[in-house]
Amino acid sequence: MPRRNDIRKILLIGSGPIVIGQACEFDYSGTQACKALREEGYEVVLVNSNPATIMTDPATAHRTYIEPLTWQIVEKIIERERPDALIPTLGGQTGLNLAIDLDRHGVLEKYGVQMIGANAAVIAKAEEREKFKEAMHAIGLECCASEIVTTIEQARAAVSRIGLPCVVRPSFTLGGSGSAIAYNRGEFDTLVQRGLDQSPIHEVLIEESVLGWKEYEMEVMRDLDDNVVIICAIENFDPMGVHTGDSITVAPAQTLTDKEYQLMRDASLAVIREIGVETGGSNIQFAIHPETGRMVVIEMNPRVSRSSALASKATGFPIAKIAAKLAVGYRLHELANDITRKTKACFEPTIDYVVTKIPRFAFEKFPDADDTLTTQMKSVGETMAIGRTFKESLQKALRGLEVGSFGLGCDGKDLWGTDKQPSIEEIRAKLSKPNFERIWYVRYAIKAGLSIDEIYRLSWIDPWFLDQLAEIIEMEDRLRAFGDVSEVDDATLRQAKRFGFSDRQLATLWQTTDMAIRENRKARGIVATFKSVDTCAAEFEAYTPYYYSTYEDEDEIPAKESGKRRIMILGGGPNRIGQGIEFDYCCCHASFALREMGIESVMVNSNPETVSTDYDTSDLLFFEPLTTEDVLNIFDRVQPDGVIVQFGGQTPLNLARALDMAGVPIIGTTVDTIEAAEDREKFAAMLRRVNLQQPSNGIALNMNQALDEVRKIGFPALVRPSFVLGGRAMEICYDQTQFERYVAEAFIAAQGQPVLIDRFLEDATEVDVDAISDGQDVCVMGIMEHIEEAGVHSGDSACSIPPYSLPMSVIQEIRDATHAMARHLKVVGLMNVQFAVKRDEDRMGVYVLEVNPRASRTVPFVAKATGVPVAKLAAKVMAGATLAELGIDSEPLPRHVSIKESVFPFRKFVGVDIALGPEMRSTGEVMGISERFSIAFAKSQIAAGVQLPPEQQILFVSVTDRHKEPFVDLARRLVALGFQLIATDGTANSLESAGIPVSRVKKIAEGHPNLLDYLIDDRVGLVMNTPSGKGARTDEGRIRAAAVQHGVSCITTVQAAEAAVRAMEALRNEELTVEALQDRFPETALPEPPTST
Amino acid sequence: MKKIAKLALEDGTVYKGIAFGAAGEVDGEVVFNTSMTGYQEILTDPSYRGQIVTMTYPLIGNYGVNNEDIESHQPHLAGFIVRENSRVVSNFRADGPLNDYLERHGIVGLAGIDTRALVRRIRNLGAMKGVLSTEDLDDARLVAKAQNSPGLVGRDLVREVIPTESREWDESLSRWAHLEQDDQDAEQDVRPHVVALDYGMKWNIARHLRHSGCRVTILPGTASADQVLSHQPDGVFLSNGPGDPEPVTYAIEAIGRLLGKKPIFGICLGHQLFGLACGARTFKLKFGHRGANQPVLNVQTGRVEITAQNHGFAVDESSLPDELEVTHRNLNDDTIAGLRHRRLPAFSVQYHPEASAGPHDSRYLFDQFRNMMERP
Repeated sequence: MPRRNDIRKILLIGSGPIVIGQACEFDYSGTQACKALREEGYEVVLVNSNPATIMTDPATAHRTYIEPLTWQIVEKIIERERPDALIPTLGGQTGLNLAIDLDRHGVLEKYGVQMIGANAAVIAKAEEREKFKEAMHAIGLECCASEIVTTIEQARAAVSRIGLPCVVRPSFTLGGSGSAIAYNRGEFDTLVQRGLDQSPIHEVLIEESVLGWKEYEMEVMRDLDDNVVIICAIENFDPMGVHTGDSITVAPAQTLTDKEYQLMRDASLAVIREIGVETGGSNIQFAIHPETGRMVVIEMNPRVSRSSALASKATGFPIAKIAAKLAVGYRLHELANDITRKTKACFEPTIDYVVTKIPRFAFEKFPDADDTLTTQMKSVGETMAIGRTFKESLQKALRGLEVGSFGLGCDGKDLWGTDKQPSIEEIRAKLSKPNFERIWYVRYAIKAGLSIDEIYRLSWIDPWFLDQLAEIIEMEDRLRAFGDVSEVDDATLRQAKRFGFSDRQLATLWQTTDMAIRENRKARGIVATFKSVDTCAAEFEAYTPYYYSTYEDEDEIPAKESGKRRIMILGGGPNRIGQGIEFDYCCCHASFALREMGIESVMVNSNPETVSTDYDTSDLLFFEPLTTEDVLNIFDRVQPDGVIVQFGGQTPLNLARALDMAGVPIIGTTVDTIEAAEDREKFAAMLRRVNLQQPSNGIALNMNQALDEVRKIGFPALVRPSFVLGGRAMEICYDQTQFERYVAEAFIAAQGQPVLIDRFLEDATEVDVDAISDGQDVCVMGIMEHIEEAGVHSGDSACSIPPYSLPMSVIQEIRDATHAMARHLKVVGLMNVQFAVKRDEDRMGVYVLEVNPRASRTVPFVAKATGVPVAKLAAKVMAGATLAELGIDSEPLPRHVSIKESVFPFRKFVGVDIALGPEMRSTGEVMGISERFSIAFAKSQIAAGVQLPPEQQILFVSVTDRHKEPFVDLARRLVALGFQLIATDGTANSLESAGIPVSRVKKIAEGHPNLLDYLIDDRVGLVMNTPSGKGARTDEGRIRAAAVQHGVSCITTVQAAEAAVRAMEALRNEELTVEALQDRFPETALPEPPTST
Repeated sequence: MKKIAKLALEDGTVYKGIAFGAAGEVDGEVVFNTSMTGYQEILTDPSYRGQIVTMTYPLIGNYGVNNEDIESHQPHLAGFIVRENSRVVSNFRADGPLNDYLERHGIVGLAGIDTRALVRRIRNLGAMKGVLSTEDLDDARLVAKAQNSPGLVGRDLVREVIPTESREWDESLSRWAHLEQDDQDAEQDVRPHVVALDYGMKWNIARHLRHSGCRVTILPGTASADQVLSHQPDGVFLSNGPGDPEPVTYAIEAIGRLLGKKPIFGICLGHQLFGLACGARTFKLKFGHRGANQPVLNVQTGRVEITAQNHGFAVDESSLPDELEVTHRNLNDDTIAGLRHRRLPAFSVQYHPEASAGPHDSRYLFDQFRNMMERP
């Protein structure tokens, strides 16, 4: 059956901002789906609030709406666009929930929109625990014993039947949010209460614990003819009890016989059929008892997922693309396998390598959070590696994680043999309680002589995995027995490389440099070979150039086409706070730009979630860790004419110097310039030469120097380590005590690099500028005025294009300064500048805070706000085009206002203070667009999940002394809007003296009734609380944390409060409207699809 | 120090790796299997007689071996090649490590070579004759031996694996072979009697026949039509088996005589023999189909089955007599995967509905056979 002709226009819903549990994987799946549907001649309407995505590029769908993901807004889009169908299964849990909302509110019926792929009934059957359990029972499959409860009393009755430990899972939450294991009655009550609050339907599941069982996932696809295939089986290294997103996972399954595997396959087929997912991909999780083989079904996701993205990258089978085509009526065997061309998509990929995924965490950003891994996901990113053995793929993945490790230990970060070597008690504790460092503690356990069986009893990690780790350590010991690399025989050295040992590990063993090891092994002919990911274990010829490195005999990279230029792009590695989808967006655009210029693009990245690691994005794809060694191996083999390090965030920049020294031609802005911008002295000299000012500052290599510097600079002072992205360990210090504490922390984070100290400009407005220069001409692409004052990390503050309060003269000054610096630095490519504008007496002073001659986090936002493909243009400039040739002669000045707002993971980290500061903690961003600032800001808040409450609600306000005066006017306006204000004494006094009605509540420390009581009783609509101090243990810190946990929005800066009041005022008077990007920027629109017959 | 083993191909390529399993020297046709699980079933499948099998999945032996997942008394293949043999075993049903099992059964193993390079060579040049040795490590001599080895075209390998005597088969499917745990194998009053002609039959076929409610009598594949009929069967099953079907003339002749007298169902070699008995020809595939992910289109229903396959020969469609109808096709290369006689109750499939190793999508064929016997 070919494509359906009864539908013409299809609506896709994206997954919104990057949050824990929903990251780039849905940009990957959504982008694939858009392309697939376009290919088939459908008109595609897309809605997503996240501007940092490839899918929201105007060239991805025909009609692109960057709008909040609420059913009310999507209804407006449906009303305008009148799509025939909606695919609900490609936008993560957000997309699925939104589709259900639209259905429940009758929107789909009203406008005659058909859900294709999976309908509302199917989604409910898969997602609602009780229905799912019934369905499993009907087909004879076991689930964990469980009961659904809606009150704490019911919960207590249930647990008396099920027993402890048990799992507490709130229904309908994202990424298993709120799920945890209760070991005792006390924990149980707390978890149930929290779960009831978090569940949108106030429902919690109490479930039998399968802690320590083996965990598996199956990626399944089905078509309309009921053909079902398994794309990939995944075995979790971490057993049941750790969310699969937080587990190290391995493909394919390693420790199941064919009999057991086929039973799981039978079960998977039965599940997808019973649940009734008509077409597309699903993910089914199983637990298997390690000693009896008893199999239980854990859950099913009736949609593409993080695991399906992983499975796509692990096998080469593009699940989302095929899912989109199946949704419009194709059968699996009517679709070609892109990779082999000759065979069909109806088959089960077989792989001849091992894939390991390791999650990346950000606990250093949330020191107050509990870092135990549970059934609630806490990781912010992941890396994947491919090797011919598990040992190789694991060690590659460990170095791809970019946390300073270069394999399983003996890498300079290893604690074994140092004075920080953990004690046997610490080791045992770290093995038995899942945590993000456990893999290294398995190493320490083996080193300490614990038996595999004992490690198994403590961790329940399968003995097969443990023995693989033991083999790595035995190899390390074997190597250590040689005194030097020159003494090792070729066979052993080659074996070590085949076990995945990095040059860095070998250099650490023999106390030499990575380069010395590299030269030595190259002289012996021990070099990396590259193999294809081909879906079929080489049974058929592969046409898709998707490669990984290994140490084998045969290399599969075809010879370079003569006469064709080849440029390599280094990606950003695993997502982390401060470096995520924005940089992947830039890398993808670099690739698109090169291909448009007829240059072969070569992508290197290790992040399986991304569009950049789609085999369609570049001419050659290398799925490899981003280390000097791995990049040089690829360089040796593909001989690119240039390498782009500007686009992947800090990751490639950290490699730039070593690559440059190894003779790699880095194109665009030179490595010297990139480093000069980071070098305080060179930077200050440059500013003097172009006659610009910066806050007074200094640099220190130790505490004494730091104290000397701060005496000259004065307080408040901003302290931060150099060469670190995302404001890691960055703090504002108001006095000596604070200063000493934070400088000490900064030195730890700096890892040997200096610590920077700046005078902090209070009450200054921060401005971000993105510009492109070709070495001659400079063009500013976007000037963003931050909503929050300077001091809040630029990645965490909201900002506006165009600036909304700065006078024209200041904007011109900023523009001129940007031009001057770009020329002076001879920037070729992108440049981002951060300015602070501070009112000094009667004039506005413009200070340069930072210059980064590289792609910034704001590039995709600027592109969406202006309709100009900024990253693409920059890549073309780097490849040799001039701005004049590209027709870029003036700054784009959009007619509308675009607001970027940040989105935070605080709900995942119970008790963490949410007050914003110089250390970045947001995971994602959303965008609001309108003709007016107030409405654009309102949209950005709705999109970010900030609830701007309707009138007649209680608002809690509490502001620090310096904000009391500016707040009076806001309070008056809030009262005029119909809100009732409550406040603690200080704020209440100031409001009352201004004649504003306010009720008083006690501080938490003063007893009841305090704000917590109001929050628990659901009586507060919004909290406005500006911090005077920070920390989870302060009264105000507890208030802010409690607001987050109770799902009440909390605004923590007076500037954001001001913008929010403007937004609420505007919302009283006008309806939100929606507009497609293609209407705002008609020149970016795709040609209309041919009308179908 | 680990022992060295070498594989030499007739085209002159030599791979040097680590020996495992038994020591010795063997020759055979070098082929590859793409199944990621099921090495024990593959080892004990008599159809691999005369072949040196390379597993494309690099990590083999992880779950060890057990006493249940076997397809015959012992391994039949000539040699076994893997990228990495697991030194430990992790599975709740395991009885021991793969290495010991191979050693016990005299199977020479080779590990540590670039198996993907070997697979690509076979894919590009076709299945080749080879010699695997832990004894003679002289490259030139090994290559010469490979070139002079008999290969399997034109050889009757079936005779080497058929049982010497007939037997009644009582074993049903393992509890690990199906989800339904309620035992439906209780004695039934009426059950069709199947005579299975064993050309090197995988035991899971017999288990399936038994599971679907048949009484199963196994006769050696050399049995004549009269010998088969003397058992008064309700149907005749033609099993899988090794090598080239054309030299197995006694079987072709017997099948020709049984056609029309009793319902017939053939699998793999049995399918090829059925084709030959009806007047079709067979040909040798370049490197065969061996794996557990082969898509087969059921021409009648339009649905696809993911199948286990293990064959180096196939029925030539251009030679197909009018009496035979193609019921199934391999989606990868469009070759014939299933046949049906237009007039007589007889059908066959090139693939393995009994799976083991492999998916269970095609089990319905056993019911189809049973129904055919009950309503001939």
